Order: sequence, then C-alpha cells, then structure tokens
Amino acid sequence: MASEKVKLLGYWASPFALKVHWALKLKGIEYEYQEEDLSNKSPLLLQYNPVHKKIPVLVHNGKPIAESLVILEYIEETWKHNPLLPEDPYERAKARFWAKFVDDKCVPGIFGTFAKVGVEQQKIAKEARENLKILEDELGKKHFFGDAKIGFMDVTSAWIICWAQIVEEVVDIRLIDAEEMPSLVSWFQNVLEAAPILKECTPPKDKLLEHNKGFHEMLVASAPS
Amino acid sequence: MANDQVIQLDFWPSMYGMRLRIALAEKEIKYEYRDEDLRNKSPLLLQMNPIHKKIPVLIHNGKPICESIIGVEYIDEVWKDKAPLLPSDPYERAQARFWADYIDKKLYATGSKIYTATGDEQEAGKKDFVEILKVLEGALGEKPYYGGDNFGFGDIALIGFYCWFHAYEVYGNFSIEAECPNLVAWAKRCMQRDSVAKTLPDQHKIIEFVKILREKLGLE
Repeated sequence: MASEKVKLLGYWASPFALKVHWALKLKGIEYEYQEEDLSNKSPLLLQYNPVHKKIPVLVHNGKPIAESLVILEYIEETWKHNPLLPEDPYERAKARFWAKFVDDKCVPGIFGTFAKVGVEQQKIAKEARENLKILEDELGKKHFFGDAKIGFMDVTSAWIICWAQIVEEVVDIRLIDAEEMPSLVSWFQNVLEAAPILKECTPPKDKLLEHNKGFHEMLVASAPS
Repeated sequence: MANDQVIQLDFWPSMYGMRLRIALAEKEIKYEYRDEDLRNKSPLLLQMNPIHKKIPVLIHNGKPICESIIGVEYIDEVWKDKAPLLPSDPYERAQARFWADYIDKKLYATGSKIYTATGDEQEAGKKDFVEILKVLEGALGEKPYYGGDNFGFGDIALIGFYCWFHAYEVYGNFSIEAECPNLVAWAKRCMQRDSVAKTLPDQHKIIEFVKILREKLGLE
C-alpha cells in the first residue's frame, strides 16, 4: 500500500478527531492533517461530509468517511495489523456496546454539564455521574477496557475522562469522584502512559482548559437569561 | 452450530426489533421469539439488559447482545457462511454503517413528533422527517438496494420503518410516496423478500397501536 493517501480533516480541540488520530497512530499509518476553521468550514469538508458537515472526516485515496465510530471501524478493517477489536464476535459486540454507551449516555451528560446552567445543569450532571459509575463498574480493576492492551473502547472513549475533568474545572461541578470511581479516574492517564505515541498527538490539558474556558464564556454570554 | 440456542426479546411494533428478526430470517436461524410487555418487563429482560432495560435483546447461548445494529453485525459475524449482510469491501461497509447511524440518530425521534406532538412542533417534526427521508432517498440513488444489487445491512437498518409509514401519513396528513417515490419503490422491493414480508406487521396494526398510544397521551 505504498501509494496510499490518507488525510484527516479535524479540529485540534475536538475529541472526536482525537480518536481518529489515536487509531491512525496505533496502526502506524502516515497521514496528512488538515485543520478546519469550524466557523468557516472548508469547501472540502462540506463536499466530503454534506450530510452532517462535521469533522472528523477521513479521506482515503479520495474517498471520504465521516462519523468517528464509523471511521474507526473502517481503519480497523482496512489496516488489519495491531487489531483494536478482539476476534471473538461476542467480545466485539461488547466493545461496540460500551463505545456506543459512552457516545449516547456519557458524552451528552458531560457536554450538557458544560453547556447548561442552574437546575438543568445539576440534573444532567447527576445523570452523567450515574452513567460514569456504570462505566467504572464495567472497567473494574482493569487498566484498560481492552484488558491487557489498549483496545477499541479505549481509543474511542478514554478522552471523556480528560474532558470531564476540564468541565469540572470550568463549571466547578464534580463529575468523577476519585473515591467512587478509582479506575475511571486514571483510565485516560493509563492509556497515555501505555502508548507514548498517543500522548504526542494529544493536546496538552492546560491548553484545552484555556480553550474551553473561553468557549464557555461565549456560551454563557449568548444564553438566554 | 446445530445446538445454538437463540432467544429474541422483542416487542412486535419495534422497528429496531424487526432489524434482528429480518437478519435472523435471512440467515435462516431458528430462534425463540418472546414479546415483552413494556409496562411490566420480564425479569429476563432486566437481567439481560440491565443498563438500558430495553428491547430488543438477542440472547445467544445465554449471552445477551444489546443495541439492534450491534446485534445485526453480531449475527453477520457469527453466521458468516450464509447471506452476508454487510458488504465485504471496507469502504462499502463504512457507508452501510454511516447510514445505519444516521437512521438511529434522526429518524425515530423526528418521526414520533408527527403522532405525539401538535401544532407547530408537529409541523416542524413533519418537515424534518420528510427532509430526512429525502436524504435517505438520495443515498439510495439509482441502486435497487442500499448496498447495491443485494439486500443487506443498510436495507435492514431502515425497512422496519416502512410499516409505520401509513401511521406517519395519517397523523401528519401527507403522502410519503408523493414526497419520496423512489424510497417507497425500494420499500416495496424489500417487501418482496420473505424475510421482510413475514417480519413487518400490517400497517393497520401499527396505526391501531399508535392510536392507543395517542389516547394515553390525551391526543385522541
């Protein structure tokens, strides 16, 4: 596959783009990265993802793939070395189930805590904690969801810990309690420490924090009062 | 896999349950069908899907698989020798997954506004619903099925909604066939398959079901 051309359209502070970076790095795929200005999306992005008009988009030999979980499955099937999904169909279904659980339940909870205010914010933060606790129980004593090594679910979802901690700091609401969720709280760090190659392409937390503080100020300023 | 035990926990009007029923029929897998009373869920359902407590759940030799699209992929991976549902090419597989995801994110929630909401919210729901159907019709293009020449994953993800079309039309007072003729032609093509025809309930039964739902909501 010497003449392969792989390009990722992303945004530096997007966790959804981060999962794609991580998967490509773990597979050792060389790729070109194009940073998008989300307030002024490139014609290429609009052309490649006309349905959602969102990053990330992976373009492989001119063909676009959108939606981060779909992209990850594509990467897994196209470059079969260093597999992220287990071989057993039941274990694969489980990995997909938990990745979907995070996207459907934890992500809206964490982002909602960031974006909402007042009673609504307290309510969504409580739901987020309940769902994170479910995740904690599933992770149990393991370092990663992939068990002995980083797997699909770690690549798709470990970022939520870092983002939850950023949200905690910006809005001053606790989401991940270290005593109640001892495994979850170190999950993101475990992944970075096990694979330094991922750390290199992960934006530093202080930079993300600063960015999200600014973003939050904008959100609050534009919210109806 | 002669000794396989397969149980499907389901509820007859569920378009998500239908996905699994069609996939199982395509693969000619024998299974036990159990219709759940959703107001009084069985201990087995609560035990097999403790996280979401929702149907459908596919139970294969005692192990539960939750979330219908994940279940269809599981069926395709376990019983891989017969009637492949996903295409073999990774790019085509990604397309099939993309549309299944699009359907899951958009279609049900938008469509249900047509029969559960009133006034402006209902009208907005109807408008969005037609737009989503048009996007899905565009994705089909000139192909007979979503995956090309053969019935497969993308078709399975969407076809269950077809038996609800009449209910959307009655309560939204519009014609899906007038808006999306190619999509309806595709649905009729799918209905010629045994796996689909035997799975989808009669459209009038769905209308009766929606009517009862509306009575409970105080809309009838």
